[in-house]
Amino acid sequence: MRRFTPFAILAAVGLALAGCGTSNEPSDDTSTGAENTPEETTAAATDEAETPDDSTEAGGSDVSGDVEVFTWWTAGSEALGLEALQGVLAAKYPDVNFINGGVTGGGGSAKELLQTRLQANQPPDSFQVHAGKEAQDYIDAGQVTDVSALYEEFGLTDVFPQDLLDMLTQDGKIYTIPSNVHRANVLWASVPALEQAGIDPQATTYASVDDFIADLQKIQDSTDLIPLSIGGTWTQVHLLECVLIAELGPEAYLGLFDGTTDWAGSEVGGALEKFGTLIGFTNDDRDQYDWEPASQMVVDGTAVFNVMGDWVPALLDSTGLVDGTDYVWAPAPGTDGVYDFLADSFSLAQGAPHPDGAKAWLDVISSADGQEAFNKVKGSIPARTDLDLAALGFSDYQQQAAQSFATDAIVGSIQHGAAATIQQGNATNDAVSKFTTSGSTDLETFQSELAAAYAG
Amino acid sequence: MRKLKRYGPPILLISPSLFLIGLFVYVLIFSSAQTSMTDIYTNPQFAGTRPHTFVWFTNFIDLLKDGDFQHSLKNLLLYTLVFITGAMFFGFLWAWLLDKRARFEGVFRSVFLFPMAVSSVAAGVVWRWLLNSNVGDRATGLNRLFQMVGLDFLENKWTNNISFGIVAVAIPAIWQMSGYIMALFLAGFRGIPTELREAARVDGANEFKLYRYVIFPQLSPVALSALIILGHMSLKVFDLIMAITGAKFYPTKVPAVDMYNLMTEGNFANAAAVGIILLLVVLVLIVPYLIHTARGDKR
Repeated sequence: MRRFTPFAILAAVGLALAGCGTSNEPSDDTSTGAENTPEETTAAATDEAETPDDSTEAGGSDVSGDVEVFTWWTAGSEALGLEALQGVLAAKYPDVNFINGGVTGGGGSAKELLQTRLQANQPPDSFQVHAGKEAQDYIDAGQVTDVSALYEEFGLTDVFPQDLLDMLTQDGKIYTIPSNVHRANVLWASVPALEQAGIDPQATTYASVDDFIADLQKIQDSTDLIPLSIGGTWTQVHLLECVLIAELGPEAYLGLFDGTTDWAGSEVGGALEKFGTLIGFTNDDRDQYDWEPASQMVVDGTAVFNVMGDWVPALLDSTGLVDGTDYVWAPAPGTDGVYDFLADSFSLAQGAPHPDGAKAWLDVISSADGQEAFNKVKGSIPARTDLDLAALGFSDYQQQAAQSFATDAIVGSIQHGAAATIQQGNATNDAVSKFTTSGSTDLETFQSELAAAYAG
Repeated sequence: MRKLKRYGPPILLISPSLFLIGLFVYVLIFSSAQTSMTDIYTNPQFAGTRPHTFVWFTNFIDLLKDGDFQHSLKNLLLYTLVFITGAMFFGFLWAWLLDKRARFEGVFRSVFLFPMAVSSVAAGVVWRWLLNSNVGDRATGLNRLFQMVGLDFLENKWTNNISFGIVAVAIPAIWQMSGYIMALFLAGFRGIPTELREAARVDGANEFKLYRYVIFPQLSPVALSALIILGHMSLKVFDLIMAITGAKFYPTKVPAVDMYNLMTEGNFANAAAVGIILLLVVLVLIVPYLIHTARGDKR
């Protein structure tokens, strides 16, 4: 028997060690990935230098060389959009060689890999960042450069809305150029479900959250449908910001982030209470889901309403539903006339190996051609307001969203990094997760936690 | 010279692994400990464009005082207790049943061992669906199963509970690891010579006494290593939680998840501090075991 026990222990330890071994691998990959890229870049650069220069054909542009662009657009409509941008780049700057530094995972892993590259002083030439406060860390760390001169050079100051420019400007400097704009405060509804509940599909533009709650109550009383579908924590934060905008109005909402509106005040308290009421009308299994299954409930007609950003149409249209007959949309309750924006934007990295290439890339993503090509595929709208979307064949939703973007008051999203820093966003997620889980914090604690998150 | 001949080659052979382990384990632990005593709370401080200072143990004190971190530690304790108890119980039970020379033993052994071959993330995705917190008409997953077999009173919201949500995550962990514990115990049972059992019976031991005085003492080394393995796995639980509920879901947060969240927001000092606390907690478990085995070897 002495022979067996040591063997068992040995086997056990061996297995445990094997487990440890595998868990180390991803970090190894990350470091080698970061090390390899510059080598590839230099190799490609040498290749480029050897080929004869034929920039004379390049419609006036004499930029040549490489540009490495870091995005997390690696799948679906986003990847197609990136491809479209490459097409525009090839047409406008035929001598610029595009290197796709894309990595999957916008929430975490892509940003971590980017951060390791930046720390190691091996930045890509241009990288993707959510426009607004989320860029703050990069600015403070000196990892991005001031591109306000490029705004002048490309003539962007006149074509981007002033509200957007104000939000991007920090001490008179702008560090990123937006490629596309999404709207977060949109209410999606299933027409069959609305009809079953006896609500007019043409009347889903609610003037206030209270009106909305009245209809949700009606749905709950008269049908067995889910009145409002929602997903995990981040989608709940998404709903919370829509309620805050509705209850506070755009100006006071923006004041939440510069200290002029009190998070501990009674107005915010009232909004949080209504948020709690809304959560009461949602599906119990919300925390299991990302946004897609929640929006899918509207597609299936098992839920009546869903508040989500305007990346939903890509899902709705892919299932063959038609805007107006199968589903309807409206600004989130009480937020008509406000555009809660989030935007992908691009930076010029500090110490970029190919600054000329990066400038060419920034020119492409901000140009009329580039924004048209990209947004048509991705489903967002151009940040430029000088494009005639109807003539260019954008969808009805995109046309109307673009119109709102040009005329509405623009505010930034909390969840999507436009108005809140990453730290504030995480703290908000924590507070919301505690509040919406059964047996957790009460309203008062919830409010004090939010106030603490945005203090100082 | 003779000494060199004797010790030289082995030392030469072992030095690459010594060097690699030294660099990638101990130097990094040291560097992590160093980071945990600074105030690097943001990316700019980490990048060096903003200053940072040495703050000694402030981060540790703040963390241990923080209600959210206490919640994570409490979750970890609860998870560890439930996971170890559950896996040991089922592992032992199955091994004991199989040791009775059950028919189709090979089949059962594979069936029970198989969950361990499934990656935690894949298992987590399936269990996320099984642990659906809908009750009543919209129930799916396990809740639906309970309804179908008439055990409605067992329906519950699983992970969606601030105090006990973490216990729901322990269920898939038990499901995954019990088979492995079974294999360990089975090896232990098979290692007990039949002569011993026979001798005990001849001496008039009944079934209870046979287990109490003959079999259990023989199994205790196996049980101890099983405990250590389960214990350190449990303390490092991360992948299962990420797959079932995600990093931002408060009720199922444990220190490893906190560490991930802190790191992704650039709070490297606190992330490192959480890492060091986790390391210390694991050491509390491992060091007595190492001492114990070292003593055993000497004897």
